[in-house]
Amino acid sequence: MQIKVKFFASLREQMGTDGQIVESSGPLSISGVWQLVTDYSPPENLLCSRNLKYVDWEESVEDGDEVAFFPPVTGG
Amino acid sequence: MKIEIRPSAYDPWQEVADFQAAANKLSPGSYGACAVFVGTMRDFNEGDEVRSMVLEHYPEMTVGQLQELAHNAMVSHGLIDILILHRVGEIHPNDPIVLVAAWSAHRSEAFNACREMMEILKSKATFWKKEKLVSGERWVGKNTPA
Repeated sequence: MQIKVKFFASLREQMGTDGQIVESSGPLSISGVWQLVTDYSPPENLLCSRNLKYVDWEESVEDGDEVAFFPPVTGG
Repeated sequence: MKIEIRPSAYDPWQEVADFQAAANKLSPGSYGACAVFVGTMRDFNEGDEVRSMVLEHYPEMTVGQLQELAHNAMVSHGLIDILILHRVGEIHPNDPIVLVAAWSAHRSEAFNACREMMEILKSKATFWKKEKLVSGERWVGKNTPA
């Protein structure tokens, strides 16, 4: 399956890209997606979404999903 | 109900007046209260002078979040109408960042909904601020608590 991954704000700068496509042949969680894009452990306060909704790191992903990782939000 | 992300500067008070004049649900006499919150950019943060700021967002997620929080406020507080605007892009001190306005029959619904929508927006909506200081830049790490 293919997952579209996006990075925002300080994480985008650290990753050096605003996103990438990852592929997996087996079941995958959000944590698993993170491990496919970097060797580093995620920062403690890093947030994630699946298909535009906040999710836990244990959430499973499916083919065609959009997963995003980003730091705490600071709007308003 | 109107919710927009704005890439350029706006006058919040003119926006409220224009929305109120144009909205079908806000005919004269149809509401008894309007609560408005306007958040503007400070020229200081954490003891440092801030020259400007860039607001980044996750467009597809942010719009849905603002629509959802506005819809929930309409239902739970029995509001008549809502206007939410939020800036993105480069902004400077005193520029409006966010406008949240709520119209209702009585004051408590408008006051409560306006505060509630702002707190949800601050804690959930996918915006990020990067400050330009006298020397260097930095990402704002977290919002101030309510």
